[in-house]
Order: sequence, then C-alpha cells, then structure tokens
Amino acid sequence: MADDKYKIQKIDDYRWRIPREGKMRVDGIVYADEHMLEEIQKDESLQQVINVSYLPGIVSHSLAMPDIHWGYGFPIGGVAAFDMDEGVVSPGGVGYDINCGVRLLRTGLSRVEISNKLESVVNTLFVNIPSGVGSHRKDLKLSQHEVKNVLKNGARWAISHGYGTKEDLEHIEEKGCIPGADPELVSNRAIERGLAQLGTLGSGNHFVEVGYVSEIYDEETARVLGLEKDGVTIVVHTGSRGLGYQVCDDFIRVMIDASRKYNIELPDRQLCCAPINSPEGKEYLAAMACAANYAFANRQMITHWVRESFERALHVSPKESKISLVYDVCHNIAKFEEHVVDGQKKRLCVHRKGATRAFPPNHPDTPDAYKSVGQPVLIPGDMGRCSYVLVGTEKAYYDTFGSTCHGAGRVMSRNQAMKIAKGRSIAQELKEKGILVRADSRATLDEELPEAYKDVTEVVDIVEHAGISRKVAQLKPMCVIKG
Amino acid sequence: MPKYILIDHTADIGIDVFGTTIEELFANAAFAQFDIITDLSKVECKVEYPVKISGIDREQLLVIWLSELLYLHDVKYLLFKDFHITDMNENQLTASVCGEVFNDDKHVIKTEIKAVTYHGLSIVQENHQWKARVIFDL
Repeated sequence: MADDKYKIQKIDDYRWRIPREGKMRVDGIVYADEHMLEEIQKDESLQQVINVSYLPGIVSHSLAMPDIHWGYGFPIGGVAAFDMDEGVVSPGGVGYDINCGVRLLRTGLSRVEISNKLESVVNTLFVNIPSGVGSHRKDLKLSQHEVKNVLKNGARWAISHGYGTKEDLEHIEEKGCIPGADPELVSNRAIERGLAQLGTLGSGNHFVEVGYVSEIYDEETARVLGLEKDGVTIVVHTGSRGLGYQVCDDFIRVMIDASRKYNIELPDRQLCCAPINSPEGKEYLAAMACAANYAFANRQMITHWVRESFERALHVSPKESKISLVYDVCHNIAKFEEHVVDGQKKRLCVHRKGATRAFPPNHPDTPDAYKSVGQPVLIPGDMGRCSYVLVGTEKAYYDTFGSTCHGAGRVMSRNQAMKIAKGRSIAQELKEKGILVRADSRATLDEELPEAYKDVTEVVDIVEHAGISRKVAQLKPMCVIKG
Repeated sequence: MPKYILIDHTADIGIDVFGTTIEELFANAAFAQFDIITDLSKVECKVEYPVKISGIDREQLLVIWLSELLYLHDVKYLLFKDFHITDMNENQLTASVCGEVFNDDKHVIKTEIKAVTYHGLSIVQENHQWKARVIFDL
C-alpha cells in the first residue's frame, strides 16, 4: 500500500516502514495490519513517529506499536532507544503520568464463587480505594520526609509499611524500585501534590477491574503464571498521579532551556530533551525514577486494599482468597537496558510511551518464576470487552528493544465519545452485559465507553502475528471501579 | 464569537481559544480549562488568588499560566471562574483569579486534566483577533 503523505512501504503483513528522509536520522517502523494502518493515518500519530526520528542519538528505528494514537510529543504507543553517548532523554517521551502501568492479581477463587456477590465486591472496592477530587484514605497521613522515602524505595516502602508481602516484590518490573532516584531533585510542588494523592486511583482511563480467565491459549505458560480457566483475576491500572505530572511539567521547562543550550533542533516543543549525560538529563532521570517509584508504591497500596476488600465483601480469609501478584508492568517510562545493535551488545536509554516491556525467557530481568516462559505482559482492553495476558519473546528483544503494545488505544476523541454516549446510560448497558461499574463521575464512563477504543483483540493479534509477544490468556470483566 | 471551541484529539482534548486582546485570550483560555474540568455555572467567586508567573515567550507563558491554575486546583481543590489579568507582556503575567473550593454536594468534576502540553501550541493574531491552540493531557 502506498501513501502519498508519508511514503509508507510494506515490510510484511504486520510491519510498515516510513523511510528516512530529510532530517530523519532513522526509519520509522509501525506495527499494524493494513486495516489498522488506514485507521492510524486518520490522525497525526505517524507525523509524531517521524518527529521522534529527528532526535539526536536515536538508534535503529523510531517504533510504533499497533495501539499507536495521537499523543503529545511522542505518539502513544511509541518506542525509541538512544545511544548513551550521543543520545538524549526526553520527558515528553515518557509522558506526564510517569510509570503509569498495569498490575495483574490472581486469586484462588473461581468465577461462580463470586458471581452473586459482585455488587458487594464493587461497592467495597469503591469505598476502600479513593478516587475523585480530594479523596484519600483517612488512615493515611504522610510527612514530607516519609514521601521522600516512598520516592526512594517505591513498592519496598509500601511493603515495609504493611501493604503487602515480600513475595509481591519479585513480581514487579524492576522489583518495584527503579535505582538512582534522588528525592532532592523533585520540586516542593511535586511533593505537595504527592502527599495528598498517594494511594489514590485517579480518573480518566484508570481503574480496578475484577474479572475472570475466559480463555487460555497456552496451557503450560498459563500454569506457570498461575492462571486457570474461570479463575478470578484483578487488574489495577494507575500511575504516579499529580506528583508525576508535576515532575514532567517541571522538567519540560528545564528541557526547553536545555534544548537551546545544546543546540537541539525540535520539530515540536513537547519533544524538548537534553543529552543523557548532561546535568539536565541526569537530573530528569533521577527525578523520573522518584515518580516511577511513587507509582509502584501506589499500585502496591491499592493491591493491599483490594485484598482487604475481598476479605470484607466475601467473608473469606486471605488464605482462602489467595490473592497474589502475577506481575506489574510500567508503560510510560525511560530505562537503561542492554540491547543488541548491529550484532553488538549496547547499553541504551529506551523510552516507552504507551508501550510495555516484553522481555524473553531467560533474560536476566525476567523474574525467576517466569524464566522458562518469558516476562508477563498485561494488556487491558476497554470496560466492555476483554483484556489479555501475553509473554515477551526473543523476537521482541531483537526487533523492538523488547517492547510491545500497552492497550487498546483510542479511536474516538473524548468529545466524539461524549456525543455518542449522550442520552445513553453506559453503566446500564454494561450491567445488561453482566458488568457492574462504579465511577466517581458519569462523564468518565461516557468518555470511556467501549466503542471509543480499538478492539484490543485486533491489537493483540498483530503483536502475536508479528512475533513480539505470545498470547497466554484472555480475561473478561465482571466489575469495574473508575475515578 | 465564542470564548473557545473544543478540537478533536484522539487521546486527549484540545481547545482553540479566541480574544480581542491578548489579555482576553489568556483569560478565555483559563475559562476554557475550568469549563472542561467542571460545570462553571455552579461555581461562585468566594476566594481570590493573586497569580504572578514568567516564561521565555508568549506561548510558554500561556502554558505556565494554565499550569499554575491547574496546580492550585490540584492542591487546594479550587475551581476558578473569573480571571482578571492586571498586567502582562511577552514574558510576565500578573493576575487576580477567583472561584471557590470544590464541594462534593454542589460541584461536579467532568474531566480531570493531568497537564497542559506544549504539543501543537500556537498563538496568532489575525484580523484584530487573537487565537491560541492548546492541547491538554487527560
């Protein structure tokens, strides 16, 4: 298929190249099928793939996953790796919601055991997990000093304060704590926002969803991941809240000045950046690690309240509910990782903006429990359809810097979604499909209606056909809380 | 001429803002931001806040102005509806803004805005009319 605007070349059924030209330093490569590529071209996201390829020190390609859509600066679904000596780090390549991510919990309960108690489950979760403006746990009061410990230690802080168990840490990307975090580089404003919002869900597309394993594609891998057909699962999707937004905002201002200082030509101001080894680059990475750790702690605390909620709503002990962590992934992050470039091992700074790490079996960073199958990848869909559990592959490691998609990706603007939802009750429609929803704001439900998203199944099928992840199980929702 | 119109953006939300003066343009942009967040007809002017900010150029000043109000909203739970810009040039802005503290019984939150982005940011003057484009991260 040829396209005049972008000169797209077909590589194979699931990959498309935007050849390097003009100021592009590398090709753009988009993972999509023909139908999805047509959809993708309706917005500005391919121009954003091209814009990213202009940045100094970018290695191999500017990549886009099939859930790509128009973001700010980087596209959402964008992956780019930078050379440690010549490359840059860009806060716009991570996003405002630093370490927005997903975690999946398994339980020892089956779907039938809870199907007549869903009302109680969803209401208890909604009470126990704060969402909405100004809401927070009354039993949580933090000092500035304590927040700095959160920023340094991430999920480890949460566990040492009784939110979960040591085993949880083994099942979190980076074991729940990104090294190099320096709280002194986080502004007072960011800390002020962080104080009030730790342990809160936030609104928009963030949620806690109780569901069940509806389909298994690979029995052996599912067994290793502890997933059984009809077993109850919980998915938590949230990030670093106002603290992360403020860190990003603060450093975008720093990077606008830095881009001038280092003579970096920007196609979009949102792509402002600084050399990885510059003081500005190092400071951003140390502050970003703080926000990422805050997000790990946030998801860990919410996990603890999920456990408590199940106990209260179902009158089952933790021994009976057996809620344990399958895995926790970041999908807005920049990380130092070792990859193979032109046959040589190289340390790179990999930016994933709306993309998930997908490391193969036996990679040192794949958790011990999953060494034989690969790192779990968690892909939430919209409220009405389903989510997927995948695992990373060798091919992802070599072709996409060990990265894959992160979700369904929107197809409809929020504005369009609101218009389509007008006069409908999204909660009622979902209830008729057997899915209970509690949300702080009706507008959130309207904006997030299922049709506003691509069908996550199509997205996941592309990454599987392209070989950058492997499907393990499908999850279907039973009840959801949203901000 | 409306104060602003919403523009379609797949993931987030954008606005085209209008004003006959640069001061009016900035005031209308702030109005649009809070009109997206809440139903402003339910918000009264009960508290007043002084705002003083600076930036490297007019475009950055607009982002910093909106970010400042968003920060006050986030930490003090304030909803603003009136924006009086008392003094501004390309690099500085002084204003007095008023509104009230969020009250669950009275106010609604329609949309949480995470941040004000620099993506696609523009300010232009055409036919005695100022126009700006801003995209928010939701």
